[in-house]
Amino acid sequence: MDLLLGAVLLGVLLGCFYAAVSVGLSVSFGLLDVPHVAHPAFLVLASYGVYQLNESYDIDPLLAGLAITPLFFLFGLIAYRVYYETFERRGSDAAVRGIAFFFGIAFIIEVLIILQFGVDQRSVSATYIGKSWRFGEFRIPIRQLVAFAVALTLTALLAIYLSKTFMGRAIRAVAQDEEALRLMGANPVRIKQFAFGIATAVLGIAGALLIIVAPVEPTLDRAYIGRTFCVVVMAGLGSISGTLIAAVILGVAESIVLTMFGASWAPAISFAMLLAVLAVRPQGLLGR
Amino acid sequence: MKKPRHSIAFWAGVAVFLVAVLAMTQVVRNEYPFFAGYVILQFIALAVAWSILGGYAGYVNFGTNAFFGVGVYTAVALVKATGAPLVVQIAAAAVVGMMLGFGVGLLTLRMRGIFFSIATIALAIIIETVVMNWRFVGGAAGIQIQRPPVMAPFDSYVKMLFFVQAVLAVTAVAIARYIQNSKIGRGLQALRDDELAAECTGVPTLKLKLVACMISGGLISAAGAPAAMYLQYADPSSAFNLSYSVSALAMALIGGTAHWIGPVLGAILLGSTQQLLAVTISSEVNVLVLGIMLVLFVVGAPKGIIGLLRPRYRLRAGGKP
Repeated sequence: MDLLLGAVLLGVLLGCFYAAVSVGLSVSFGLLDVPHVAHPAFLVLASYGVYQLNESYDIDPLLAGLAITPLFFLFGLIAYRVYYETFERRGSDAAVRGIAFFFGIAFIIEVLIILQFGVDQRSVSATYIGKSWRFGEFRIPIRQLVAFAVALTLTALLAIYLSKTFMGRAIRAVAQDEEALRLMGANPVRIKQFAFGIATAVLGIAGALLIIVAPVEPTLDRAYIGRTFCVVVMAGLGSISGTLIAAVILGVAESIVLTMFGASWAPAISFAMLLAVLAVRPQGLLGR
Repeated sequence: MKKPRHSIAFWAGVAVFLVAVLAMTQVVRNEYPFFAGYVILQFIALAVAWSILGGYAGYVNFGTNAFFGVGVYTAVALVKATGAPLVVQIAAAAVVGMMLGFGVGLLTLRMRGIFFSIATIALAIIIETVVMNWRFVGGAAGIQIQRPPVMAPFDSYVKMLFFVQAVLAVTAVAIARYIQNSKIGRGLQALRDDELAAECTGVPTLKLKLVACMISGGLISAAGAPAAMYLQYADPSSAFNLSYSVSALAMALIGGTAHWIGPVLGAILLGSTQQLLAVTISSEVNVLVLGIMLVLFVVGAPKGIIGLLRPRYRLRAGGKP
């Protein structure tokens, strides 16, 4: 029983972290309908950026994540521009080739990381990594708590940005009815490009959390394809509060299976949940 | 639609090719060309099989590695349980691959676009996880395979596998060619262009997609079956490696999917480039080249190599041969 309670507690922490790595996809795929399979690859790339800054200049991983955010914003702007010019604007056949395009980008990122850093696992150092707090019988690693707090803040900030600011509302409007926005004199493509930039910029911090929670390796993005898409689809496309709920459900499910059946089944859980959601309730928990 | 003159030319070409392959196994002493050639032939089979669902119907399957791995492990399980010969292993893998294709199809073919693609990755990872936890075939650690003694006209097992894979590649090409020219192919192309319109005009879309998924899956599994014998070893992370998916998809799209010759060209071009690079540089650079070519082609040449060679394919996908 205590074991189960501990698993649930750790699962909630893990879930909030999953929310942070998925919110970007919730914008790019959920709101903008871009088949962004390379999202987890950008996430792992951000982790390696954080690793490099931490290794060379001994910068705190969270600060390093913040530092690479503008760079990732720029990546996002460029990636969307290329995607728009080559697929969305030309129309026909865009889906097939768009998916292949991002799949190719993901593979290129993976190999570039391998060529630069090798296939070994990499981790960062910070004062809060390696220690843990005791709550009665439970031991909770402080790195998990830090990731939890930052992830929750990040998700909340993005939710507030999308619902309260002018640009955020414009992004949601473009997702709902692009034509109407065009008629009102706005440029939907620029808004979407900006939104894609934001969605990618968030990965700077998310990548820092990824390498704080556990060591990373170049092909880690494959496991996160399942996790991020599972969260975004289960959430109901584009719903930020849904993203948090879905991520916590996934985190708790993974944590419980890990405790009960062992680590060898872990990679399949998110994918199995994703299939179940697609089969039973494709519009997600809080469908738009 | 079907022109007999083309058919005669095609089957004559097939006969010449197989005779040449057989002659090569008898004449060439050095084993290396057979090791390299086997891989290229395997890619031809995979790319052509992928394009039956991915190219003709426009359903982007990321789960090539699931079917490939299932082929590998069907062969491994059969060898371990009964010591069945290679032909039986391949036939069994084809049947299991078709059954898997039927199941995958029923579960996922109602999903469109990215949802279908992600669902196929999901199935691949779930199946890989099951195999990893399956003790009988070695679990995550993998399993060693002993090659049986080689059969009559061949003097080495690798040469025999090379010939077998050549037959599998030719089979895949012949089936893809047949489908392209048949009612099934025209139905698949119609639903690829506009699924709703195709459904409304009486095309049995789900049935056609299921057939395509079964044939594509069966061919991929069959092409994977000899891999355990080729490597004399099998383990889940290499049998279910995602690079099979990216290779099959990239080779088909780079070659062009409007005609069966496209995936063949793509596989020969990229497969031989990769063989050269693997010897001269490294296997990582292989994947890099594959990825960059894939991105460049989907952006710059949407109809692939055949689109560049024959401009009329730019105007209309799925033209006559």
